[in-house]
Amino acid sequence: MSRSRSFALAFATLLAASAPAAAQLLPLGRAAMPAEIAAWDIDVRPDGQGLPAGKGSVKDGERLFLEQCAACHGEFGEGAGRWPPVAGGRGSLKSENPEKTPGSYWPFASTIFDYVRRAMPFGNAQSLGPDDVYAITAFLLFMTDVVGEDFVLSNANFASVKLPNADGFRDDDRETAEKQFWGREPCMKDCKTEVKVLGHARALDVTPGEKKGPKVD
Amino acid sequence: MGSEDRKLRLGRRGFLGAAASVLAAAGARADAPDPAITEVQEWARVLGDGVATRPYGKPSQFEKHVVRRDVEWLTASRESSVSFTPLHELDGIITPNGLCFERHHAGIAEIGPQKHRLMVHGLVERPMVFTMAELRRFPGRTNRIYFLECAANSGMEWRGAQLNGCQFTHGMVHNVMYTGLPLKALLDHCGVRTNGKWLLVEGGDASLMTRSIPLDKAMKDCMVAWAMNGEALRPEQGYPLRLLVPGWEGNMWIKWLRRIEIGDQPWHQREETSKYTDLLADGRARRFTWIMDAKSVVTSPSPQAPPAAKGPNVLSGLAWSGRGTIKRVDVTLDGGRNWRPARIDGPVLPLSLVRFYAEFDWSGQELLIQSRAIDETGYVQPTKGELRQVRGVNSIYHNNGIQTWLVRADGQTENVEIS
Repeated sequence: MSRSRSFALAFATLLAASAPAAAQLLPLGRAAMPAEIAAWDIDVRPDGQGLPAGKGSVKDGERLFLEQCAACHGEFGEGAGRWPPVAGGRGSLKSENPEKTPGSYWPFASTIFDYVRRAMPFGNAQSLGPDDVYAITAFLLFMTDVVGEDFVLSNANFASVKLPNADGFRDDDRETAEKQFWGREPCMKDCKTEVKVLGHARALDVTPGEKKGPKVD
Repeated sequence: MGSEDRKLRLGRRGFLGAAASVLAAAGARADAPDPAITEVQEWARVLGDGVATRPYGKPSQFEKHVVRRDVEWLTASRESSVSFTPLHELDGIITPNGLCFERHHAGIAEIGPQKHRLMVHGLVERPMVFTMAELRRFPGRTNRIYFLECAANSGMEWRGAQLNGCQFTHGMVHNVMYTGLPLKALLDHCGVRTNGKWLLVEGGDASLMTRSIPLDKAMKDCMVAWAMNGEALRPEQGYPLRLLVPGWEGNMWIKWLRRIEIGDQPWHQREETSKYTDLLADGRARRFTWIMDAKSVVTSPSPQAPPAAKGPNVLSGLAWSGRGTIKRVDVTLDGGRNWRPARIDGPVLPLSLVRFYAEFDWSGQELLIQSRAIDETGYVQPTKGELRQVRGVNSIYHNNGIQTWLVRADGQTENVEIS
């Protein structure tokens, strides 16, 4: 039998074998083990699903914050240099310089816990244990006047913590709120009588490559 | 070369700080034969490099200026920052792999494919782990061209013209042909339970980047991809595996994709609450604004690519829409008094960049150049003023307003805002 013929036959056999297997699972991938899922599944939802057992106090959180976080976020959470502030900013959302901190903007405390646990400290992520993350979260909540200085945050009382701006969001409504952007027949000729230049990028002069841009703090 | 031409070139050189132009240095006179022709050139006499001296080919030594650039003052560190695609130097619709803009949250993870795993778990019948080799053995491999735009593209321009160059104002977009699997194939393989409505997708870098994605979108057109433009993903783009979420904001296209969890609610992760939400003038914010609305930009002339000379010129640009296919692009040279449809050339695909051109003759008058995209849903790209009217100036994200370039009589080109 020629090589190509034997290949064709083998292929046909394979096809025949797999044809009725539409409902059957292809032998690709393997079962994820519970220990593997536990190692990677560290996400936490606003309803508390995913929180590990543990607790941490504002007091411990302050110590940890000074050790692990203050170099970038500032001793009072005000943010050092261009690093983001994590405290303050309340009442700033309508202003010219909104400051989006957990206290001023973030809707859910679970996001603080989840994010610190997965991504902080910057450059040494996933080095904090659950109790450390509870403590740092508690301290951030204290800094933003959501809890008192004696507060101890735990998986048991987590759901009771509400952030001030929880109701400050609505789902994408562009298709209704901006429906004027659809279906217009745009003007093509003599659309304006006068055109004025209102602003120049050069007035700010922050483009790299021309001159060094200013440091914005 | 006329004096006007020389002035233009000098202007461009001074503006960019780029190397002296070969033509300007040659100084050929119109009435004398061109030494570029009459003299035997070095490259026409001696042998060049042989094969395989450049086992992975690079651009010409004369294209060294075509690179991604960053804006130093924008972010606190380069590990959590962005570099911009040099749109003004590119043509067609495909972005070369090495020039695709970068946005990292914890630097570039270097992950060996042997050690990479993709886990699917949560509300599925069969929680599973896949290796890269297994993903490549799945039936149904597919190739698709999609744009990827960061939601913060043009985000620095909300309060007015700020950065001089489409690389900086619009360079957080790229367009690539991906190879991979429909995400649906993997989800069906694992058996999503009927109460499964949302996905949490997670990257394997030191930010463990996460986003919530509705199941409908995942089943409709999301993909897991391991190749871009025919070769393996670049590390900057998530090697060995990234998620594609066509038409939706780039932050959701998780790089170094390692985990997909199915759940019944969104997770409200950091990147969908404190970031990638659009703060409006009334102090409230829109969330889950995933779709990238229709947008366009003229890439030439633009501040980094001013017109080379008077006379015939080619205006060129890009348009795209996260809601489908671009139907038309209009351009104006007089600040919107009069418009004409541009000529779209090359593939016109849904959720992909399209390339447009408009030939024009420049007599040296001041130009105010704009482009306006219209997509298949009838959405017409708004002016920046119209956007500000509904959103204010604090949104950061989703600025798809019409861009204006001012071309001065001396050829210098600038980012401006007009009435």
